[in-house]
Amino acid sequence: MRLRLSEDDAAFREEMREFFTTQVPSEIRESFAQGREHSKDDIVAAQRILNAAGIAVPAWPAEWGGRDWSPLRRHIWLEEMRFANVPPPLSFNASMIGPVIAAFGSQELKERFLPATANLDIWWSQGFSEPDAGSDLASLRTTAVRDGDEYVVNGQKTWTTLGQHGDWIFTLVRTDPQAPKRQMGISLLLVDMTSPGVTVRPIELIDGSFEVNEVWFDQVRVPVENLVGEEGQGWTYAKFLLGNERVGVAPVASIKRALADAKRIAATGGPGGSSLLDDPLVAARIAELENRLLALELTALRVVANSDEGKPHPASSVLKLNGTETQQAVTELLVDLAGPAALALGDGDGAQGLPHWAAHASPRYLNMRKASIYGGSNEIQRTIIAGTILGL
Amino acid sequence: MDFELDSEQTALREAVRDLLNDAYASTEARRAVQADDPGFGEKTWLQLAEMGVLGLPFAEDVGGMEAGPVEVGLVAEELGRVIAPEPFVEAVVLAGGLVDAVGTADQRTALLGGLSDGSTLLGFAHTEPGSRWSPSAESVRAERRGDGWALTGVKTPVVAGARADVLVVSARTDAGTELFLVTGEDADRASFRTTDGGRAATVTFEGTAARVLGEAGVDRTDAIAQAVARAQIAACREAVGAMERALWLTVDYLKTRKQFGVTLSTFQALKFRAADMYVQLELARSTALWATLLLDAGGDALDAASRASVQVAEAARHIGQEAVQLHGGIAMTAEYSAGHYLARLLVLTHALGDRTHHLSRLASNLEGHRWVDPLAYGSATA
Repeated sequence: MRLRLSEDDAAFREEMREFFTTQVPSEIRESFAQGREHSKDDIVAAQRILNAAGIAVPAWPAEWGGRDWSPLRRHIWLEEMRFANVPPPLSFNASMIGPVIAAFGSQELKERFLPATANLDIWWSQGFSEPDAGSDLASLRTTAVRDGDEYVVNGQKTWTTLGQHGDWIFTLVRTDPQAPKRQMGISLLLVDMTSPGVTVRPIELIDGSFEVNEVWFDQVRVPVENLVGEEGQGWTYAKFLLGNERVGVAPVASIKRALADAKRIAATGGPGGSSLLDDPLVAARIAELENRLLALELTALRVVANSDEGKPHPASSVLKLNGTETQQAVTELLVDLAGPAALALGDGDGAQGLPHWAAHASPRYLNMRKASIYGGSNEIQRTIIAGTILGL
Repeated sequence: MDFELDSEQTALREAVRDLLNDAYASTEARRAVQADDPGFGEKTWLQLAEMGVLGLPFAEDVGGMEAGPVEVGLVAEELGRVIAPEPFVEAVVLAGGLVDAVGTADQRTALLGGLSDGSTLLGFAHTEPGSRWSPSAESVRAERRGDGWALTGVKTPVVAGARADVLVVSARTDAGTELFLVTGEDADRASFRTTDGGRAATVTFEGTAARVLGEAGVDRTDAIAQAVARAQIAACREAVGAMERALWLTVDYLKTRKQFGVTLSTFQALKFRAADMYVQLELARSTALWATLLLDAGGDALDAASRASVQVAEAARHIGQEAVQLHGGIAMTAEYSAGHYLARLLVLTHALGDRTHHLSRLASNLEGHRWVDPLAYGSATA
């Protein structure tokens, strides 16, 4: 047992810190540091800088740009990136479809898509959830019917995050409605979003943002070579895709920054610049959150430090559940620190007189309620813990 | 960075686990041991001594094993698993730790040698009626008498205080709080049963003869705070062991107990609550392990102890209470162990400072750091 990083890992941490704070333009990082979401241009620019340095997709196979790093190193890489306010590589590309194509795609698909996916020349969207298939994803109804050298796709996807920027969408479709088990009739198709019959409609969210979309497929014709792997194996690939990443499940460094910001704000956020930390209830709440975050970070470190053998660490299931709860708790703290300014939904229109953080506390709080819903809701996570760990 | 035991540590854990599983194979066996003074198994204590466990943290030249916080922590965790009543943390980590830190060479040789081989049980008499985890003595006073000292006042509760051969006692002097050694028999000791079925004593000094521990005239408040912090971290590990068992005991019960014609594990409401217990357990385990490793690396023991205690106390209350609730009525009975885990966890998270105590310590030091970096060497809050 040893707490410190090995000399090599410590040197690696320094190298990453140096890279992210010097090689990624400060405009990109500062914009985020000031509480703005990363723009599409920032995300693309940052990923291309990383890719040029060979560190955009370290978890991929080496032949396609991967680095054979230990889980601990990938954790350090991601945490240092978040710490420096560098937008991480687009997860749809780097963590989702890239590894699936690399593992299951034909050589032709790999050559056609992987370099462009790593460099974010293609912005991928995710076509999984449907209006009637949320947590119960296997009940999806979008169909793909073979017609010569093409599939004809019909149906509707939803919650497609940042789909408004999407060039391509990886889509789970039902190719065999007669399969004995509903999971067996599902395939994974890559669809060009400029194809005739694809319609994207943004959904306005409770914070006023447009982050997710509905995507309709109406007689969309997709060449058969855009099928990933084998027909009928889509469910297996989807499970691989969703369970692929143990690293970065809980965005510790982002939460840490947000909490540090909240504490700094609280120190002068009272009437006339007084400190809200003088209120013992506020101080106790922040101390509690710092400690919860410490426990979360240590659990993430345990998972990455001791999962070299390839099998997932049992504690990894805790990370999604507790990570999102902790992330949400910090947004709750900020909305409470904002006081009456919590009535403002951003600092547009007539609300410019309010501090930026206070005016944005409520939209961020509302927006972050998504975290315990997406990527397998926290009720699904509890089901997984009860089933796979406790055997209930 | 590595959170796993090496092969020697694993062997130690297995040996201690076998010994304790043997000694406390059933709840009934443990209750029988705890029924009378001294409230723990004398034979088990000697077996632990033979294994070297009672001398783990001490230097070889005083009879110890020169092991570190990692070994101490894994032993504590094993004790917690079977809620063994042996006062390892109190005698070895706390009283022994103070003798080691403050005592003269002769005192260390005599007392730590005896502690390690099981012939001398040390107790730490520090808490006073009405005190709340202060590192200093308030009402017990020490005055010079001839070549030695005389103590006056009351200490309670003193864990295993009626059995202790030698008591390490904190008392006020002109220098502040100093530490003294009192032969157990010389004090007036009234034994009582504790919440977790163990034994503690109220120890009354009425001009009782005492020797100063270490050099006289030195305030030992900091030494006490440091030793208590190390003991808190060990107690956190003990609680982790107890919580792990309490969780699995509950899970096994959910799988076997039938109501409405089906096992309780059929009900989602119960499954989710068991899952939440697991989450709390793992978060607490991570923090307690980290605190152990921070001690090992020479970090800030007080800060680490408070951080571990806040997390562990929250988990202990949650898991202990849920273990009882999910079992139902059977857990309210003295003959079933689920309630014993709740009681033991209560004691482990109150003896050396409860959650509020530690949280308020953390809350009063928020502005000393921008954030908490668990990898920072030497301090949790660089």
